[in-house]
Amino acid sequence: MTWVLRTLSTSIGKKQLMAVTGLLFLLFLATHLLGNMSIYGGGPAFVAYAEHLHALGKLLVAAEVLMALALIIHVLTAVVLFFENRAARPVKYAVDKSGGGRTFSSQTMPYTGLLVLGFICVHLATFSHHIVDQTTRNIFQIAVAVFSQPVYLVIYLVSMIILGFHVRHGLWSAFQTVGANHPKYMPFIEKLSIVFAVIVAIGFGSLPLIILAMR
Amino acid sequence: MSSKSINLTLKVWRQQGPKAPGRLETYKAENISTDASFLEMLDIVNERLTLEGKEPIAFDHDCREGICGMCGSVVNGRPHGPQKETTLCQLHMRHFQDGDTVYIEPFRARALPVVKDLVVDRSALDQIIAAGGFISVNTGQAPEANSLPVPKDKADLAMDAAACIGCGACIAACPNAAAMLFTSAKISQLALLPHGRPEAAKRALAMLAQMDAAGFGNCTNHKECEMECPKGISISNIARLNREFLKAALASAEEIPAATKKE
Repeated sequence: MTWVLRTLSTSIGKKQLMAVTGLLFLLFLATHLLGNMSIYGGGPAFVAYAEHLHALGKLLVAAEVLMALALIIHVLTAVVLFFENRAARPVKYAVDKSGGGRTFSSQTMPYTGLLVLGFICVHLATFSHHIVDQTTRNIFQIAVAVFSQPVYLVIYLVSMIILGFHVRHGLWSAFQTVGANHPKYMPFIEKLSIVFAVIVAIGFGSLPLIILAMR
Repeated sequence: MSSKSINLTLKVWRQQGPKAPGRLETYKAENISTDASFLEMLDIVNERLTLEGKEPIAFDHDCREGICGMCGSVVNGRPHGPQKETTLCQLHMRHFQDGDTVYIEPFRARALPVVKDLVVDRSALDQIIAAGGFISVNTGQAPEANSLPVPKDKADLAMDAAACIGCGACIAACPNAAAMLFTSAKISQLALLPHGRPEAAKRALAMLAQMDAAGFGNCTNHKECEMECPKGISISNIARLNREFLKAALASAEEIPAATKKE
């Protein structure tokens, strides 16, 4: 098995860890957003969705463990890459101009990533059924209570914009890293990256507002 | 077209040796013909410095026609200067305005240490090639040319990759000082052709191991390399390198070899 570790510890191996876990998160975002869209069917529909989700039992636990593992791998690899990449250029340029390749998203990946990690902590602390008691209040009532506090409302809205920027570079980048750069598909994937980032930011960002409007 | 003369202020990185501390020094480049190339402008400045009894600015150059890969400095934050798909020797002073201040710095990467002033040691790139950037061919009679058919589109892609002159601008431009575009071009030019397939797995593993050992950064898909490459090498080559590496690491019996340490 040493060849597996050796493969994963190469520069391309580490990138695969980032890309594969990143693609998992993108899939998660899509399902999470689709599920949460049930709020547009009203409070009871939203609560019913949450109950159906929890009724999955062991399947849900398996998904949670998978996401937790992916998160640990994604974050730890990112930390290693961040410090390796900084060390690769010990003397900085006096003048550093872009040739037109890098974007705001690509340059801020470590920082938006860190902020998204912080958001995940806040999100789990305020909503997760492992932390917040969901026997006396249903998920809709919990959501109303959280978003009624201006601090949380701002944290949620700003975080979704930050997440959008992370996704905007992450999506196409993951495809490029796993080697899926194809003359027919890459232009579409690059556009999808931007479209999905906007969908994530607006889709999730609209949830607190719609919940507050429905209370 | 009449030529005119411009005056520039240069801020040039001066560094006595690999271990010495460096700093930006200011020089006047006066009465420079706009027909001069960037390197000729440096030649003129150096002649004047020599006459003044000062040490001329050391910079790399050889063919001065954009094909050897020897020249290259970071001019105003851009490797090989602001002109697209142009090496520094082919950049002309007509692209500068009278009175401009021009910052000239060496390519910066831990794996490409400064030898002196603007000269960097690019032997790390040679070592990546030596690790596997070749095909093994027995000497003797040349084989029949048509016994290995090569599709035109594949030949074109291989030629595009083979346009890499190994100047290192991709590394200089990369925010992470990664050498992925260089390595991917050197792997692609062989991986795309039937002649390169027998050793493809071994090559991908060996060249990547050597690249990693040299202390380059990791690619995070900023695309700066493609933008600054004087030969317009595409990052689709990097995706091919990723594929070639994964195929070799996961599907072949080859092991990732230990890299040779740099002298």
